[in-house]
Amino acid sequence: MAIQILMPALSPTMEEGTLAKWLVSVGDTVSSGDILAEIETDKATMEFEAVEEGVIGQLVVPEGTEGVKVNAVIAVLLEDGEDASAIEVTAPVVETPTKAPAPIPAVAAPPVAVVIPVEDDLPEGTTFKSMTVREALREAMSEEMRANENVFLMGEEVAEYQGAYKISQGMLDEFGAKRVIDTPITEHGFTGLAVGAAFAGLNPIVEFMTFNFALQAMDHIINSAAKTLYMSGGQLNCPIVFRGANGAAARVAAQHSHDFSAWYAQIPGLKVLSPYSAADAKGLLKSAIRDQNPVVFLENEMLYGRSFDVPEIDDYTVPIGKAKIWREGTDVTIVSFSIGMQYALEAADKLAEEGISAEVIDLRTLRPMDTEAIIKSVKKTNRCVTVEGGFPVASIGNHISAVLMEQAFDYLDAPVINCTGKDVPMPYAANLEKLALITTDEVIAAVKSVTYR
Amino acid sequence: MAAKKPNVSKKELLHYYREMLMIRRFEEKAGQLYGMGLIGGFCHLYIGQEAIVVGLEAGTKEGDQRVTSYRDHGHMLACGMDPKGVMAELTGRKDGYSGGKGGSMHMFSKEKNFYGGNGIVAAQVPIGAGLAFANKYRGNDNVSFAYFGDGASNQGQVYETFNMASLWQLPVVFVIENNHYAMGTSQERSSSTPAIHTRGVAFGIPGEEVDGMDVLAVRAAGAKATAHCRAGKGPYILEMNTYRYRGHSMSDPAKYRTREEVQKIKEERDPIDHVREMLLTGGHADEDTLKAIDKEIKAVVSEAAQFATDSPEPDLSELWTDIYV
Repeated sequence: MAIQILMPALSPTMEEGTLAKWLVSVGDTVSSGDILAEIETDKATMEFEAVEEGVIGQLVVPEGTEGVKVNAVIAVLLEDGEDASAIEVTAPVVETPTKAPAPIPAVAAPPVAVVIPVEDDLPEGTTFKSMTVREALREAMSEEMRANENVFLMGEEVAEYQGAYKISQGMLDEFGAKRVIDTPITEHGFTGLAVGAAFAGLNPIVEFMTFNFALQAMDHIINSAAKTLYMSGGQLNCPIVFRGANGAAARVAAQHSHDFSAWYAQIPGLKVLSPYSAADAKGLLKSAIRDQNPVVFLENEMLYGRSFDVPEIDDYTVPIGKAKIWREGTDVTIVSFSIGMQYALEAADKLAEEGISAEVIDLRTLRPMDTEAIIKSVKKTNRCVTVEGGFPVASIGNHISAVLMEQAFDYLDAPVINCTGKDVPMPYAANLEKLALITTDEVIAAVKSVTYR
Repeated sequence: MAAKKPNVSKKELLHYYREMLMIRRFEEKAGQLYGMGLIGGFCHLYIGQEAIVVGLEAGTKEGDQRVTSYRDHGHMLACGMDPKGVMAELTGRKDGYSGGKGGSMHMFSKEKNFYGGNGIVAAQVPIGAGLAFANKYRGNDNVSFAYFGDGASNQGQVYETFNMASLWQLPVVFVIENNHYAMGTSQERSSSTPAIHTRGVAFGIPGEEVDGMDVLAVRAAGAKATAHCRAGKGPYILEMNTYRYRGHSMSDPAKYRTREEVQKIKEERDPIDHVREMLLTGGHADEDTLKAIDKEIKAVVSEAAQFATDSPEPDLSELWTDIYV
């Protein structure tokens, strides 16, 4: 029986890819280990090897095809003695629920079209360009590095490898090895070193491959970067950006899936940013690089490949410390940030169908937090639900609840509900992981609870 | 082997004598003020180790940076910071270098390129390499001095830093002030290999042991190390064999070593007595000259103590300043 060769998943978060190049032709005999094709994910171009022996009977997906779903049939392999008549599947690129279980995306597919609310202060006639969060981050860094010789990027695999998540792709070529610096895998050391460079007046951008690894560098982020201005009586500031992926990725389990937002947001001396859209990723990262304080910039791996409209404005920046209202509403205020916005917006869409009007606020900055925007909204809606990926104890949502209780108690018609990740280390098993993460349904249930519906 | 006649001028010797004595008298006064309750918290005195900072500062030039641990008073005085400002920080007053918000362990002077004063053991080591990174990035020939102790030399980040400093050929002198006790734990009980200066071998960093009680030996080693760094040859390790006379901090009764051990070092290796002897036997100064210097220094220190006592506490509004630029 002919063997179907399926589009492989080549990273924890890959859902589709480009079949860049076939390295075999129909009629070729292949053995296990032979390279069949080059497949491009959003992160890298990978070689794809044969697992079984046989003769290539058909190349179902032509090279250069983009958006080939994981597990789609891409070729057919004939076993010993078979001829082309054994080929059953000739269907083009279709999704096929075949043998291997498909990797279950840890988060639901993106909501329909994401429309960015126009910022109040954008000039009239501003045009937009669709861009992934990944590209937006890269543009932000590149623009700031062009403008300021003192800005440099350091981290693991940022240069020659082109970025573990391809954020810094191409930057080594443009800026050279002096300013795009591959470090050894030594977070504690290179973070301290970068802090020293910042004390000396340079503007380092430190990329943590993920913020899970920044735990090794925590002492320098907190004790060295955040506190020195105060301890020096205002003499010595630390203009540095710590950035990288934060929060749960997909199927990487407890040590690689952790949202540290609340940890950093607790520290006076740090500014903490966690954007959702590409426009905010770009505008806030540019602001972060220019800021004269240490900034923790929390990205989300699941959002890197997501496209949003970004204003085509020279030198587009977004102010630190200002929340954004994504959709206006009257019945409830949903406050979120980063990937949490996806659930908040999805929930708002579905609630609208049921006649519940939700106002959705993207915090964007966690410290200093725009509590004024939240309070203003709650004074209108009288109800609040918070949504975040982190653990429930001492969460960002807990803080917002406290602020509302202290400053808007008389306006609340229901207790604030905090939707968070579950209070467990992230499990590996797909079904358990799904259970540990926040869901749109949980947000909807919380909104119904506070609106007594 | 007959001792070689040191190549040092009268002026230099008198300068080193004065600098070391200043540190010692300052520290004695700080100890006194601590006893009076004017200085609080932790206070780590540098008495006994004075030759190290004085000898190394002799070879620095404008723009060179230094960063050290919490035992930092001597480093600040040696790089030219004002004793009044340092003492007023110890007392937590408005006119201290950090406006009273840092204290003994957290003082800085951007003007003098002194980057702290760090309360976390060994955290200053990668920071010092970062200062050197900035020098290299800017293409100047400045050198940074990262001072740390024998205790810190067992921290992992030291070796992460050695690796990067060598890999990137950073102009940093790692100065290990080996006073043989990490708080109360002797080096024998904490370190698998006693020769800390050889720990750079794995990273290709040259290192040498220096008599840290001999200011001229320190100066010579410092000259060699800084020349190495300024020539673009990367980092250098100097292990200073030294001794602290006082406890780890003011609250340390120092029961882990004998009085005899301390006494023996004081009698045989004291860095200030050593220079004093050279001044007298070399005919550079007589007892009266040295007495006059002593008197002068005591006056400066008393003035600093008075200043630090008179300076007001920081304004209450200062609680909320300097958190962000």
